[in-house]
Amino acid sequence: MERHLMDSQIKGVSTGTTILAVTFNGGVIIGSDSRASIGGYYVSSKTINKLIQVHDRIFCCIAGSLADAQAVTKAAKFQISFHSIQMESPPLVKAAASVLKELCYNNKEELQAGFITAGWDRKKGPQVYTVALGGMLLSQPFTIGGSGSTYIYGYADAKYKPDMSKEECLQFATNALALAMGRDNVSGGVAHLVVITEEGVEHIVIPGDKLPKFHDE
Amino acid sequence: MTKSTRQPRTKILINSGMALSNVLEIPTSGFNFENVARNVALEGLLEGGQTKTPKPMKTGTTIAGLVCKEGVVLGADTRATSGEVVADKMCAKIHYISPNIYCCGAGTAADTEKTTDLLSSNLTIFSMNSGRNPRVVMAVNILQDMLFRYRGQIGASLILGGVDCSGNHLYTVGPYGSIDNVPYLAMGSGDLAALGILEDRFKPNMEMEEAKELVRDAIHSGIMSDLGSGNNIDICVITKQGVDYIRPYQESEYKDKRQKRYKYGPGTTSILTEKIVPLELEVVQETVQQMDTA
Repeated sequence: MERHLMDSQIKGVSTGTTILAVTFNGGVIIGSDSRASIGGYYVSSKTINKLIQVHDRIFCCIAGSLADAQAVTKAAKFQISFHSIQMESPPLVKAAASVLKELCYNNKEELQAGFITAGWDRKKGPQVYTVALGGMLLSQPFTIGGSGSTYIYGYADAKYKPDMSKEECLQFATNALALAMGRDNVSGGVAHLVVITEEGVEHIVIPGDKLPKFHDE
Repeated sequence: MTKSTRQPRTKILINSGMALSNVLEIPTSGFNFENVARNVALEGLLEGGQTKTPKPMKTGTTIAGLVCKEGVVLGADTRATSGEVVADKMCAKIHYISPNIYCCGAGTAADTEKTTDLLSSNLTIFSMNSGRNPRVVMAVNILQDMLFRYRGQIGASLILGGVDCSGNHLYTVGPYGSIDNVPYLAMGSGDLAALGILEDRFKPNMEMEEAKELVRDAIHSGIMSDLGSGNNIDICVITKQGVDYIRPYQESEYKDKRQKRYKYGPGTTSILTEKIVPLELEVVQETVQQMDTA
């Protein structure tokens, strides 16, 4: 009657995952798969949402323990809102990423969650920040994360170009997600992409069968 | 949410022969883990090959829920196990949260009971204070905060379903505090069997009767294929108009008949000797508190 937990490091539901964020000319695209697993053998959700909106033009995607990530983003959402009200202006993407970093670093013993924060602000335009497991904060033009990212480092490094157009960037992100989901057993489901620009936020969902195929006969 | 201020209880310790001591015990809020240390010590004592501490009662369970056109349908089996023994054949796993929200619980029976009770009390206080009916998403947030705080020590996997002003909702809450909003769901040890049925026949916006049959079939499949689930099936239908809690929706065909009445009247056991020992109590301190009824 008891199902034994396999040797996955994460207790409970984990977003085994592929997440990425890429800047392009005028905005940033943040994307993820939609699979949540338990113990590396049971898919507990095919449609989990890993792209959390923490402010009007700032999104963050989650990897690691689902419970930890949801709790941290809840706290972060509140703190970022509060900060924005105090400053009477929309928060900087760096501020949002710092909030997440503080939470991850100060609770690094108890938490097992990593994040990618991406968004647009008036001061620096489109930006991407990685907050790793222990609380390291890094700014990059593009970044990939999660267990599925190991399979696409080569592809991402080879195919990324600075200052892409929105369509080129969408194609890059879709291909990267499709390749990772094709090789990683704990990534899958549908591909979620959010395009953030000064004008607004656009959410694109690509179901599994519409993803680009790479020698998938 | 308001916390009620209680008067501290006075505990009177009786020490054999010596003077009495009066110990003031102020009740602490939240859960108390003192018994964990006690249990560990007890197990050490009993380790001499004799009895082992009883296993906590789990609802080794099949629970399922789905969202249909007019509302939400929740279903559960009624077996509670303690190790390999069926401890309760008619356990109620669908708990009341508020008039428009019900919750199915899998995992440790005590944890699911207490957690849902706490949630129900808090939501009632909230309704009274704010004058609004609670929303399902609020219940989910409260559960998530609490379960995350206890880092998985509370073994409660819950399916929360309800109808409020923003629509029909079904949420899953895991023991570590992860949540997900889904159209159909199964949890517990029989979840894989139930999920097979749900995946095959679920359609969005189903009619009520079809939805009830589907949940029944899903729980039935869990009962047949899982040792930890069994006995009867309960169904709870929540709509805008109200709640229909059908307990049981279907009775098990394997019900056994009692051979005789197992009740024993007073006088069945004969009393051989009787010894009365008067307890001598010494009044150490007397305080009078005036009650102001003006």
